[in-house]
Amino acid sequence: MSAVFAPSTMITSTFAVRLRVRALGLAKVLFGTWLNGAITIICIALVGWLCWHAYVWAWRDAAFSGNSTQCRAAGGACWAFIRAKLAFTIYGVYPFEERWRAAIAMAIFAAMIGISFVPRFWHARLLAMWIVALALAFMLLRGGIAELEIVPMRNWSGMIVTIWLAVLSLAFSYPVGLALALGRTSELTLIRYLSIGWIETVRGVPLISILFVASIVFPLFMPEGLEVDNLVRAQVAFTAFGSAYLAEVFRAGLQAIPAGQYEAASALGLGYWRTMLLIVMPQALKLVIPPQVNTFIAIFKDTTLILVIGVFDFLGAIKAMLSDTDWLGFATEAYVFAAAIYFVICSGMSAYSKYLERELSPEKNR
Amino acid sequence: MPALPPEIIASNVADIVAPTPSMPRFHRSDPRTRRLIYQGAFFLVLLAAGFYFGSNAAANIARRGLELGFAFLGRTANFAIGETIISYSPADSYGRALLVGAANTLMVAIVGCVLTTVLGVALGILRLSTNPLLARLVGTYVELGRNIPLLLQLFFWYSLVTRLGGARDAWSPLPGVFVSNRGLRAPTIVANDAFAYALGALVLAIVLCVIVKRWAELRQAATGKRPPVLAVMLAVLGGLPILGGLASGGSLALDYPQLQGFNFTGGMALSPEFVALLTGLTLYTTAFVTEIVRTGIQAVPHGQWEASRALGLSSGRIMRLVILPQAMRVIIPPLTSQYLNLTKNSSLAVAIGYPDLISISGTVINQTGQALEVIFIFMAIYLAISLATSAGMNLLNNRLGLR
Repeated sequence: MSAVFAPSTMITSTFAVRLRVRALGLAKVLFGTWLNGAITIICIALVGWLCWHAYVWAWRDAAFSGNSTQCRAAGGACWAFIRAKLAFTIYGVYPFEERWRAAIAMAIFAAMIGISFVPRFWHARLLAMWIVALALAFMLLRGGIAELEIVPMRNWSGMIVTIWLAVLSLAFSYPVGLALALGRTSELTLIRYLSIGWIETVRGVPLISILFVASIVFPLFMPEGLEVDNLVRAQVAFTAFGSAYLAEVFRAGLQAIPAGQYEAASALGLGYWRTMLLIVMPQALKLVIPPQVNTFIAIFKDTTLILVIGVFDFLGAIKAMLSDTDWLGFATEAYVFAAAIYFVICSGMSAYSKYLERELSPEKNR
Repeated sequence: MPALPPEIIASNVADIVAPTPSMPRFHRSDPRTRRLIYQGAFFLVLLAAGFYFGSNAAANIARRGLELGFAFLGRTANFAIGETIISYSPADSYGRALLVGAANTLMVAIVGCVLTTVLGVALGILRLSTNPLLARLVGTYVELGRNIPLLLQLFFWYSLVTRLGGARDAWSPLPGVFVSNRGLRAPTIVANDAFAYALGALVLAIVLCVIVKRWAELRQAATGKRPPVLAVMLAVLGGLPILGGLASGGSLALDYPQLQGFNFTGGMALSPEFVALLTGLTLYTTAFVTEIVRTGIQAVPHGQWEASRALGLSSGRIMRLVILPQAMRVIIPPLTSQYLNLTKNSSLAVAIGYPDLISISGTVINQTGQALEVIFIFMAIYLAISLATSAGMNLLNNRLGLR
């Protein structure tokens, strides 16, 4: 009988011992000295206070349905407001009957982004798929073919614009950034100085000023009668901005490739382009994947700035729904909701960048 | 086989590949010639593009009846600016208005950089606290700060500030300091004789402190014992200005904000826009600086801690005298780019209505139509600020570097 119980009690006892050691260690770390004890108590009090107020506001006293009067009566957060406006934050003023098109376009984007996160799928075919997906999404969103009604770009708004702008900015910034990085490291003096001048100017001024240039100066340089939509102008600005920042990331990668690689390529008789495309780029781009993702995050956060030139993105929709006279005075709820969405996306990307760093450098972790 | 002439040995690979004596100097397979051809072609394409867009612009400018040039800077602006730190009235010129904007931008940027540095260093140290609760708490703040767009944070703070109570039920955290939806009001010192004397005495005290510190260092080097510098310096810094103030025969006076009608008068006023902008910029940038300081401190080898402890230094002195000076070398380059980011991000002021350079430029463009010139001016100002900051920080970096 005792033989049967012995292992079990042993496990319990080692578990208990471990728990005691853990608890003792924790107690020592938290209350080891007078100062530490005081810090711990202050932290617990602060966290407790914050959590309690967050719980009361966001859950206990919150209203999850109803209208604004019921919300005010409840006294806490008014999640009913977010519920009523959720579709608006996604589609904005995109025509109501055509929303299904935007939904399909978003689904295409979501699927493509999901696939692109898996390193196993990084292949030339993925690039081709992206081009097809972008063309498909554009045709769906804009219409004008196959009896789809045309929705002009100025009516695109909400989350669609945020995703569209983020994806296209990256898609255009990537090749331009590569070209700028190659230009900056080139032996051709004129091209090198032009690249340096461009990169440093764009990085030296605020994004808002580039958006200003794109929205005010850009039309001035277009031939007469050509109307360029605000969203397209914003895309030009974001391409200029993103490519300058990405170029510096790529340059760091190019500079990290040992000179021996260039010399070996040249000994094999490869010319400049083949050396770059076959030998240097594959190594350099892989080296700087984490900073690339960080730049993506920064560009994604900066897409909010198009609000300043009058394009209506996700944050624009949030701002717009605050001025609905039926729902006045719930700004905090709207901002908390928007912050949560951005936080999830950005910290997700940053966690992904850490995962990639581990995944792509197995030699470091062994 | 005769030895190669030295100039061929010294020349690089590219030159060995191409010119043999039989080949003319500008043959098409000479790499130097090819470089010239490529660059020439690129230059021509650029020139053609420039000409095309330039002629478009010229046609558009002529069609809109605009006149290029900086003459508009001297004309009367005729618009008011909500808050200025250099004097300005609507009767002043457009040039002056842009100057006011630049001054406002610099003001936010400088105050923001100072606050960010202080907070960032403090939080960076706390982030490495042995107390896991404290370290996690700071970590949570860093994650929140970095992953929420700055514009959204600014909107949030602005909506919070403007929804505070009116001036009549202002929140007063310290006597004389009032926070309301009219912004922040704090008492200021009246510039009378006593103040001038005290200020003079303060300058004297600072000079004395420098001398005392130098003497203490020499003394420590000679005897190995450090005289009690801190107590002396505090006494001098605190005592002399008070003595100076008393010596003047007058007394220091504070200008307290007074509630009059629906707003305060007197004291120092910070507008709600400025308060929201400064809070948002500081908290956003501090999240990044905290991480920079943390990695900087972690970059100092652990042996430095152990050696300092073996010397019997207290942990505060280890941090201040041994770790931070070494961490600074790692911290300063990324810190510089955060300062630049903060300065550039201050342009988001336009979204909440603080009259910074960009927002005033927008008004000037709307009124005069001189978009190209105004954009040229504000880009030049931002580039100048960026270059000046980089130059200053590089100087600091060189001074702190290993010699």
